[in-house]
Amino acid sequence: MNGNKLREREPLIFERSTPGAVGYQLPALDVEPVDPERTLGADLVRGEIRELPEVSEVDVVRHFHRLSRWNYAVDDGLYPLGSCTMKYNPRLNEELARLPGFSQVHPLQPAEDVQGALRLMWELEQALVGITGMARVTLQPAAGAHGELTGMLMIRKALKDRGEHRSTVLIPDSAHGTNPASAVFAGFKVKELASTPAGTLDLQALEQELAGGDVAALMITVPNTLGVFEPEIARAAAMLHEKGAFLYMDGANLNAFVGVASPGKMGADALHINLHKTFSTPHGGGGPGAGPVAVSELLEPYLPVPVVEKRDGRFFLDSDRPKTIGKVRSFYGNFGIMVRAMAYILSLGRNGLKGMAEAAVLAANFLRRALEEDYHLAYESPTLHEVVFDDSLQKRFGVTNMDIAKRLLDYGFHAPTVSFPLIVHGALMIEPTDSEGLAELEAFAAAMKAIAREARENPEIVKTAPHTTPVRRPDEVRAARQPILRWMPDGGQGS
Amino acid sequence: MHRYQPGEGDRRRILEFLGKSSVEELLAPIPQELRIGELPLPLGMAEEEVRRILREWAASNVTAEEKTSFLGAGVYRHVVPAVMDAVLSRAEFFTAYTPYQPEVSQGTLQAIFEFQTFVCLLTGMDVANASLYDGATAVVEAVLQASRLRPEGRKVFVSRLLHPDYLATLRTYAEAAELELVELPWDNTGRTDLSRVAPEGAVAVVVQSPNVVGVVEDLAAVRRAAGEALAIQAVAEATSLGLLAPGGAFGFDVVCGEMQAFGLPPSFGGPHVGFFATRKEYLRQMPGRLVGQTIDAEGQRAFVLTLSTREQHIRRAKATSNICTNHSLMALGVTVVLSLLGQKGVRELALASHAKACYLKKRLAELAPKVRLAFPNSPTYNEFLLLREKPEQLLARLSEEGILGGVATPLLAPYLPVGILVAVTEKNTREECDRLVEALGRLA
Amino acid sequence: MARPENLWYSKTHEWVRMEGEVATVGITDYAQEQLGDVVMVELPAVGKGVTAGQEMGTVESVKAVSEVFSPVSGTVVEVNGELEAHPELVNQDPFGAGWLVRVKVSEPPSGLMDAAAYEAFVQEEGGH
Repeated sequence: MNGNKLREREPLIFERSTPGAVGYQLPALDVEPVDPERTLGADLVRGEIRELPEVSEVDVVRHFHRLSRWNYAVDDGLYPLGSCTMKYNPRLNEELARLPGFSQVHPLQPAEDVQGALRLMWELEQALVGITGMARVTLQPAAGAHGELTGMLMIRKALKDRGEHRSTVLIPDSAHGTNPASAVFAGFKVKELASTPAGTLDLQALEQELAGGDVAALMITVPNTLGVFEPEIARAAAMLHEKGAFLYMDGANLNAFVGVASPGKMGADALHINLHKTFSTPHGGGGPGAGPVAVSELLEPYLPVPVVEKRDGRFFLDSDRPKTIGKVRSFYGNFGIMVRAMAYILSLGRNGLKGMAEAAVLAANFLRRALEEDYHLAYESPTLHEVVFDDSLQKRFGVTNMDIAKRLLDYGFHAPTVSFPLIVHGALMIEPTDSEGLAELEAFAAAMKAIAREARENPEIVKTAPHTTPVRRPDEVRAARQPILRWMPDGGQGS
Repeated sequence: MHRYQPGEGDRRRILEFLGKSSVEELLAPIPQELRIGELPLPLGMAEEEVRRILREWAASNVTAEEKTSFLGAGVYRHVVPAVMDAVLSRAEFFTAYTPYQPEVSQGTLQAIFEFQTFVCLLTGMDVANASLYDGATAVVEAVLQASRLRPEGRKVFVSRLLHPDYLATLRTYAEAAELELVELPWDNTGRTDLSRVAPEGAVAVVVQSPNVVGVVEDLAAVRRAAGEALAIQAVAEATSLGLLAPGGAFGFDVVCGEMQAFGLPPSFGGPHVGFFATRKEYLRQMPGRLVGQTIDAEGQRAFVLTLSTREQHIRRAKATSNICTNHSLMALGVTVVLSLLGQKGVRELALASHAKACYLKKRLAELAPKVRLAFPNSPTYNEFLLLREKPEQLLARLSEEGILGGVATPLLAPYLPVGILVAVTEKNTREECDRLVEALGRLA
Repeated sequence: MARPENLWYSKTHEWVRMEGEVATVGITDYAQEQLGDVVMVELPAVGKGVTAGQEMGTVESVKAVSEVFSPVSGTVVEVNGELEAHPELVNQDPFGAGWLVRVKVSEPPSGLMDAAAYEAFVQEEGGH
């Protein structure tokens, strides 16, 4: 990120507007023009939207090109956001998702026209069934949180079918915020479970809660957000099942054990898989992702419609499923993301997928060992795919986890996840992923060590970081107190 | 070792550094009884091998581009400027995460700020969020926001002329939220029959315009009927906003829906992008991410994610939505297309689509009684319904001639009038329209 | 850290000033410092009943939401309207201009601490 052009402020596209400029030419109109006030009625029609920009194609290309240069991306280097699994996004997958045979298929074409698309969905489902050891998979949810909600709605419907009214969902205090939110939107109330001193599920607390009889499910991430495997997960599943409750597994951290162990063996009833984490589909600056949900036989009847079926070598969409929870979105899911995930699974195969989990675990353990003298390890439990430090050693010098995160940007790395999980005060949650080789890991560790030294010797430089980024620390308090959420034509302050 | 992973040498050196003899020692915390044997998958493949397989699957699809297409019903085929995919292909955009570190994410943040502005301008609303998954979930989020603003109410009046997937999705969520959906039928003009709306104590009235049979709703009448309840407009064909007065012009509380029509590939139904715009007084109850403008430590303009206390990672069980990952990259694509179209193009594109649809509609009307326009005198934008029994058979015969003549309504929902939903855009030539008329005249 | 002598304090870090039947309520200096820059205050409407120990509103910073629990029971008679435009008053003057609500109490407050007890409580909680 150097060069003068890149230090300049790029105006908003609206501010680049010059009268009469056009960025696109439409095909010539080959039918009679119509007067919309006559065809539609004057009260239904609007005029030109005057505030829209007038810019040439060159303006638009330069604008977005320049904006792009202000982003840090996986292709820049290690992107250690814990629980986000920022791994390399293979270019082959991008090429294949753009094949006209995939990207130019309309969802309402006749089934004969879309056998290849349906086959891809069917094959991806089979692959995910194999990887998770579950009975079936719906590919529809658009993201992890959407998968959580879909899974919890299935649990709700299954309980209702049994004639049971259970309202409580148990969630460990180390969980992602989406878990409690999804449970609530599925109509449950949430009870938080305190973790053990080792940072794992407290079985005694679970037993106590189950005694009440109102528990519908436990939602738990495996390995948890500390990167620690839940050693008693199978036991917890048995306890839940014995009391007629369900185990919902958050698969955000599936990257740690693909090909090693399976959620099916752990006793999960439902599990979402983030294709944009474990299966390498790009995050796109915040999505789109995909959050397929794998379910046990018990929940299979409740899958959202439609599901892809195969009969006599022909694929079709089946919506005739009487117990379904219904639809959770339009059409069949983020198909373009499924194509990428399928390509990744085929590329890696059974050997590469297991190698992926191993590489992720190796990388996280390397960073744990490399940094444990400079940063305080929040929990001593063995690390799988991510490791959580805190800022307690740096706090003495007035340096917080946020300062460390910002200083890393000066060293040319993205920051780890900060201030999460909530059970760790001042958390620095580091997930290097299976993409990172030793050289990149060592460079990152060296940067972290240098920052620890700076915190001791020259804390000011850390506290005022970053110094070299396109913008310095933005005033977030001002942004929230006087929200400006859109450009206004008169230079005014939109709300 | 696999080409996407570090080499064997790195692996060995890390193990040495850790003083371990194998990775298995690191995996020891995973109990043996949970272990699995080999995955039931083939061995990893070379790039060329994967390409061969997926190309073969792709080739067994017939694309809408290979035929003459009049398919719509929620996914529309408009012009796609070459610039859009060039921007989306930039790794700086597509391989970045959610812009949590604003200092190294200004590109994404500024683009989303521009997206929010475009959505406000198109909808006539005050504020818009950074995107949602799709049109269906956008409608759901609008109804849930309304229920937070009208916590005493339970009734939601919803038009049966919503896109059937939107309505079906709303049914799924409403059950969990314990909201009562009162579904409104349509009148003989193809507009939602508002006579059953009893707004007192109700949460919201939801219509789609243009609705699923293509008719432009009387939004002024909807606003009046909604009274104290919130008025929500769903939009499935976003280019219509370039020509039709939006809900914002009629005092609606939410305008939301699907932006795919602005150049996103159909991609067998996703990923597309949901949008959500509302009044500023509802800001605190809005779902999803928001980007705001502020200044940095040197007083320069900068953009950040803001008002995050509404969201799940902070408010957890009390969040305004469970959404985290949204459809940021698709929102960027739409932003690029809207930038290119600009002031003139947004209206011209809508007007061209409308003019072509008017042309085809008029010519098809001449075929009566073989096929009949369902609502011949009602205002439509670029989609309309032809009445026809057993539409699937007729469409199959058209398809054999290389024409995707429209969507058979029984495929969408059993309760809709039986017929063919025909969508026309600026991409359809007059010659294509004439071919459809000729073929229908012959086959119907 | 300021802990005025003439006030009563709750374990959830609210303060109360009693003047006849009317209690003025705010959050303490310690609470505002823990929270950081306040960007939003949500308060009950005038006329609304509040119950001691029950949530009556929220105070938000950029990255956190803190519930405000009413230290007294009664009816809200006034809310600090200034905070809508200037939530920073809670940071700048928590015991003065940053007050939150005035409540006409229905029963004398109980279970609250005096300044010395609150001081000790904050120390024990890991305070400064």
